[in-house]
Amino acid sequence: MTGKKTDKSILELRDLTLRLGDRQILNGITMDIWEGHVHAIVGTNGAGKSTLASTIMGLAGYRDFGGDILFRGESIKRMNIDERARLGITLAWQEPARFEGLKVRDFIAAGAKNESEAGLAHALETVGLRPDEFMYRAVDKTLSGGERKKVELASILLMKPGLAFLDEPDSGIDIDSIQRIFRVVKLLRGEGTTVVFITHSKAVLEQADHAFLLCGGRVVDQGKSARISKYFENECMPCGVRDPLARGETDER
Amino acid sequence: MSDDTVKQELYSSIGQDPHTFDNPEIAHVTINENKVLASNTVPGLTVDVRELPDGIDLRMELEENRVIQYPVHMCFGVIPRTGVQRINLDVVIGKNSKISLMAHCSFPFAVDVKHIMDAKIKVMDGAEYSYFERHVHSETGGVNVLPKAVVDVGRGARFRTEFQLLKGRVGIMDIDYETHVAEEGLVEMTALVSGSGDDHIVLHETAFLEGASSRAVLTSKVAVRNNARSEVFNKIVALAPYARGHVDCKEIIKDNGVAVATPIVDVRDAHAHVTHEAAIGSVDKKQLETLMSRGMDEDEASEVIIQGLLS
Ligand SMILES: Nc1ncnc2c1ncn2[C@@H]1O[C@H](COP(=O)(O)OP(=O)(O)OP(=O)(O)O)[C@@H](O)[C@H]1O
Ligand SMILES: [Mg+2]
Repeated sequence: MTGKKTDKSILELRDLTLRLGDRQILNGITMDIWEGHVHAIVGTNGAGKSTLASTIMGLAGYRDFGGDILFRGESIKRMNIDERARLGITLAWQEPARFEGLKVRDFIAAGAKNESEAGLAHALETVGLRPDEFMYRAVDKTLSGGERKKVELASILLMKPGLAFLDEPDSGIDIDSIQRIFRVVKLLRGEGTTVVFITHSKAVLEQADHAFLLCGGRVVDQGKSARISKYFENECMPCGVRDPLARGETDER
Repeated sequence: MSDDTVKQELYSSIGQDPHTFDNPEIAHVTINENKVLASNTVPGLTVDVRELPDGIDLRMELEENRVIQYPVHMCFGVIPRTGVQRINLDVVIGKNSKISLMAHCSFPFAVDVKHIMDAKIKVMDGAEYSYFERHVHSETGGVNVLPKAVVDVGRGARFRTEFQLLKGRVGIMDIDYETHVAEEGLVEMTALVSGSGDDHIVLHETAFLEGASSRAVLTSKVAVRNNARSEVFNKIVALAPYARGHVDCKEIIKDNGVAVATPIVDVRDAHAHVTHEAAIGSVDKKQLETLMSRGMDEDEASEVIIQGLLS
């Protein structure tokens, strides 16, 4: 299902540019994220996907960008991370932070608004972690990579954000758990969260309505995720080799 | 204030249900300043208390081959705003016995309170002694805590201690624990302290690994905010073959806090192996940004991280 002209943008990126050190990483990204839809941003390693998510979230080192970011029509350019988060923007990190001593319970409660203990337990169950086993474990290096990703997702589920970027939600996740994560995303969507996947995976891409293909810090194609998926899988070359936009193959948005 | 009121005040300050002590199988001693307010002992455990003008002499002895099922509670309180409390502790844990002791030290209204502990502890061969010290202080910083202990850990014996400030400001604290560990003995000492205001925290945890295959792990986690200072001097001296030790010191600083870590590793046997790790810095950026991306402001987020570290 591709958006119609009546669809409302929750997030608009306007000619976003960013340098890190002496490298130009984002090269003028313009993008509309529609409220209520599931989007995917795909691209090869180093295309700039995580950098884009970090810039939207406002992480340190990613604040000095060119262009603008509008959330529900208002610029968030000057806002701190927590101000952006309180507006409803969040990010599930590609490699989630590990803490020392902090309990899963206290971590997932951090973003939840006055959630009951039962609610916290339910969120863990939903992402496939048994509360009796995980609630009081530390969010530290003793959690496996996949477990840590699931804890991250539980935290986002409890936060009920308006817009969530999930950076490679399937990395380190077993096949069965991926299906569960897709169910969690449906839940999120049902509660009004607009989801943006960042991914290389065809399975994840297929969950999205609309996809953006990122290459060398540029959006080189966008459209129905099925078409982008096919192109990404079969034809995607190192960027610069072929420019699909130039071939006139884009979908109307 | 009647003794009963003081006792209630003391138990409520440490969040202890007084009915716990109705159970005759739970040994306990409750002391306010230099007065014993309540006590109970269990078979095999002798506790003698002598009141001093400014504190108490407390001798505790556990017979050989005894396992005390429930943790023994000691409540040391100074409920008034000012006062000195000197605790002279003499502890002997008999061979192959096992006991766990929970010491609650509470100075909830302190403006100028000094708590001095001098302990001699013998953990005989094959015995196990776990000592948890939990402090509750006032918010004024008017507490001066000076615990000193010399601990002999016998062959194959285990000594575990954990110090934690649960509530209030540290004030001035200087912990000095020296342990001597015999063959195959084990020492684990952990201190978790968080300072603010103009608190001053000094930790000296020392283990002399004197017997072959003896082991020690010294862990300190300290946070200093505002103008607080911390100095950690943890030391392991390995004198015997196959002695193993690790000193781990983590300090988080915020605002104008000052943290100094001086781990000392002194190895005098080629078959011994001792490592150390010290990390001082501000709250980890990625951890902070993660919590902020869930909507917490920077101060809330760093508190959550520090509380986690110190838990
Ligand atoms: N701090 C930095 N300084 C310089 N270059 C950087 C910095 N951080 C990232 N880069 C570079 O920016 C490019 C984009 O990185 P980014 O992490 O956004 O890629 P990605 O699309 O998320 O890739 P992956 O699929 O591997 O996660 C990479 O070439 C990377 O090396
Ligand atoms: Mg990435």
